[in-house]
Amino acid sequence: MTDTDLNAPIIRFEKVVKRFGEVTVLDGLDFCVRKGEKVTIIGPSGSGKSTVLRILMTLETIDDGVIHVAGEPLWHERRNGRLVPAGEAHLRRMRKAMGMVFQQFNLFPHMTVRRNITEAPMHVLGLSRDKARRRAEKYLDLVGLADQADKFPSQLSGGQQQRVAIARALAMHPDILLFDEPTSALDPELVGEVLNVIQRLAGEHDLTMLLVTHEMQFAKEISDRVCFFDQGRIVEEGPPEQVFGAPREARTRAFLKNFLEAD
Amino acid sequence: MLFGIPWDTSNDWAFAVSILPILFKGLIVTVQATALGFVVAAILGLVLAAMKSAASRIIAWPARLITEFIRDTPLLVQLFFLYYVLPDYGLVLPAFLTGALALGLQYSAYTSEVYRAGIESVTRGQIEAAHALDLSALRTFVIIIVPQAIPRIIPALGNYLVSIMKDVPVLSVVSVLEMLNVARIIGDRTFNYLIPLSLVGLLYLIMTLLAAWAIRSLDTRLPKDGIPLK
Repeated sequence: MTDTDLNAPIIRFEKVVKRFGEVTVLDGLDFCVRKGEKVTIIGPSGSGKSTVLRILMTLETIDDGVIHVAGEPLWHERRNGRLVPAGEAHLRRMRKAMGMVFQQFNLFPHMTVRRNITEAPMHVLGLSRDKARRRAEKYLDLVGLADQADKFPSQLSGGQQQRVAIARALAMHPDILLFDEPTSALDPELVGEVLNVIQRLAGEHDLTMLLVTHEMQFAKEISDRVCFFDQGRIVEEGPPEQVFGAPREARTRAFLKNFLEAD
Repeated sequence: MLFGIPWDTSNDWAFAVSILPILFKGLIVTVQATALGFVVAAILGLVLAAMKSAASRIIAWPARLITEFIRDTPLLVQLFFLYYVLPDYGLVLPAFLTGALALGLQYSAYTSEVYRAGIESVTRGQIEAAHALDLSALRTFVIIIVPQAIPRIIPALGNYLVSIMKDVPVLSVVSVLEMLNVARIIGDRTFNYLIPLSLVGLLYLIMTLLAAWAIRSLDTRLPKDGIPLK
């Protein structure tokens, strides 16, 4: 499939290298996501899956290569026709296109649910308090927590906290939403409610979603495309039916086999 | 007679009661020096902590050096330096201000470490979430880090408040009329040191117990996750 020609990619990694000390986490990664596409990244731990998201969110720098988001270089900016390392102003502007949902939720424990959601829209996007509150209510409603706005995160279950975190990310109206193992820290009985919310979001046509997850069944249901990562590279990618149903690569087969047995 | 208040030396009890109002005058100075010293230590410590956690070495190193220097030299040396050397350079401060400043300076080295530990106790995930929401570094510090760090550093700051109070008598060497100095003067003039010094010890004990109690009750009242801002 030469899908990149049909539709310009909103995310494009070109020969991206990321090292942590001696360890090469991303080894010349080439990777594209089209606008509105729902892509799931699977793979063994330490394969660089989360690093892809963290680099996009500018939580990690890169050592080599170029990343484009919405046609603009993420870690570089053009100055006098040359690409130079991006300054903070450029990074802040680029970050506006993206939102992230973390494994550990990372809600602000000293703020109510409502204030967790309104803080950034008010102070980053410049929304009025009323507007920000209405927006918070809208997204709390979307994640099914409209009645919890005045609670503190510690008064909520893990699943509820993660749903608030999703609402918080959505309230910034990102074009791209990144999910870093959103259900890995949850008790098994709470996984479903979070996956339901994400599944509902997957119906949004314009929202580009990039997920790292170990929930294979879920990945199969919501993804347009599944990428199997191993040792800093994409070993195999394709529609979920193909990657899960008829994996071409031996490493993919071994991983999926291990995974199903572990379940 | 001191501060216009006479004493009664007819018997020990009468003497003790009669010098109490005089000692209270000294006690007020002690409390004032403690308060001013603590405010200086609290503010300067925060500045030093912020500098030490800065990414730039040009900012971080001087702060580390200052902290180390202050911690490794005695309070009395710093006090003498401020009191006898600064006037040579045209900066003449009253003894009380010099003393409070010296206390604040000395303890800013300690409070800066307390702040640093408090700041570092806020998890990486909190800062990453703020980053992902595009909150500025300053805003992240003010509304995410500080409110979560404060409840964790209250006990340690409180301990230093008590320590400052106990170090105030050092100021007597530059003639500040704090409580111990007042007691010594009474002793010099009446040849009875036992009673004024015992009273100083007793008053100190009451003050430190009160301070410890206040800090403990404040600590139990603060929510451990951070201070909800409205």
